[in-house]
Amino acid sequence: MNGSDRVVPLRFDLSDLVRRSVASLYSHLVTRPTGRALRIGIESQIAELGAVCVSVLDFTQVVVLDYSCADETVAKLLMRYQQPDRPAEAYFIARGVADRHMDALEAVLERHGLALAAEMCDGGPVLLGTASSLEREAWAALETMVRAEAGDVAGALGTSPREAGVVLDRLVERRLALKQETSGVYYALTGLVGASE
Amino acid sequence: MNVIEVPRELDERGFDPLVGALVSSGGGRVLVDARWTRWMDPYGMLGLLALGTVAGRSGERPHLQLPAAAEVQSYLDRMGFLEQAAEIYELHGLLRRSRQTRGGERSSDIVLLEITPVRSHADVHQVVDRVHERATVLLAGQLGYPRSEAMQFSVILSEVCQNIIEHSGAHGWVAAQTYSKTRQLDRRVVRIAVVDVGMGFKASLASTHGTRYGDRWSDATALEAAFIHGLTRFHDPGRGQGLQQIRRNVGRWRGKVSIRSGTARIADVPDYDDAPPLEENLPPFPGAQIFIELPERAAHAAAPATAGRAQRRGGIR
Repeated sequence: MNGSDRVVPLRFDLSDLVRRSVASLYSHLVTRPTGRALRIGIESQIAELGAVCVSVLDFTQVVVLDYSCADETVAKLLMRYQQPDRPAEAYFIARGVADRHMDALEAVLERHGLALAAEMCDGGPVLLGTASSLEREAWAALETMVRAEAGDVAGALGTSPREAGVVLDRLVERRLALKQETSGVYYALTGLVGASE
Repeated sequence: MNVIEVPRELDERGFDPLVGALVSSGGGRVLVDARWTRWMDPYGMLGLLALGTVAGRSGERPHLQLPAAAEVQSYLDRMGFLEQAAEIYELHGLLRRSRQTRGGERSSDIVLLEITPVRSHADVHQVVDRVHERATVLLAGQLGYPRSEAMQFSVILSEVCQNIIEHSGAHGWVAAQTYSKTRQLDRRVVRIAVVDVGMGFKASLASTHGTRYGDRWSDATALEAAFIHGLTRFHDPGRGQGLQQIRRNVGRWRGKVSIRSGTARIADVPDYDDAPPLEENLPPFPGAQIFIELPERAAHAAAPATAGRAQRRGGIR
């Protein structure tokens, strides 16, 4: 990543996407084939974009989300774009997450040792899934600051700038934050896509 | 003709003797006699469909003597049982077919999901679409579950139905019904049954896990592997979560989930039920038969009865 200035926010209304890419009659995100179809649809739009993007997975209109569909869509998307041979520079956040989605999302993230930044429908951003306490603290500090250098986050963590840099780099590696290599500035993903509508 | 007598009340507990009778019949033509049956829950109805399917594999179409009581037949019709049974059995004693007449259940018992064949993922979508709103209202309103938790009912249904498609290699059925009380519990419950007559857990897991168990590999160890340890035949680490999450949700609601496959049954058993957590050496039966019971929250049941819950408790049971 060479800069946040070229990051394109890309929003996927999952409820709408499932109707368009799977079947017009389906209104719930259930079953593995549905999840696979969703993931393929998202991947193809990311590939078409050809730029660094922060993809917003919007659950606002999703009523039922089962584990199989969450595994195929969310977990496999995150895993694919964490790989060194990822097809594009894509980052993901979830939006409109409600209690009814939490069981499935947390289960699949924990199963694979993944984490995902999420904007709850009734609150602020949270980090779902698996993360160390230091990673959570660094992520939360960066969310508050929106953009920061390691030294800024070190103050919030009570660590040295070097230690903070290691944690922040780990967040970048996990695709939970974005780093401008030239300046050494880290960006919160939610700050890059703007507030929800 | 081998006659298999269906008990007066048929639920999960009554299924094993029927299977035992089928095994003892040694093949040949079978008459399943439900003439005196007065009550069946979803597991009982799906069990009869499964029994007939297996009996028919001998090449002889089995016979089913339907319950003599008109209200029971009416209920079976309304649940879609007669339509499904007609594809499997030669039916006898059919009185009339009216979906308008209530019967075979208490007035406070509610059909949540009629017997629905599960053959593809599209069927799973249809089940969820059909039942979601109704189930959420019912679980939140009558069982006292928080609304966000009540919505997990559809997730449970979805995952348990997918189990058929992904693991059985055959089609199956699903059905759900509410009851104002049961033999074990004087509280409202929802009962869900999901039954198939496919390969079963032992065969499904054998190629990936059987070798590791060696001589210990059996229906019981296969069920333990899937139910307790979340193993599946797929190498994808994301697989196997469905059953685990079903157990987690049902456990959170202090309900029961059991799976019978082959010659074994494994279960998470709530305090109010006296079933053993693992049964072995049952009469052999193909596929997997899943039973889920979700009870009304105790605190909700103790609250003053609502108008809906105060309906008469007559019925034919």
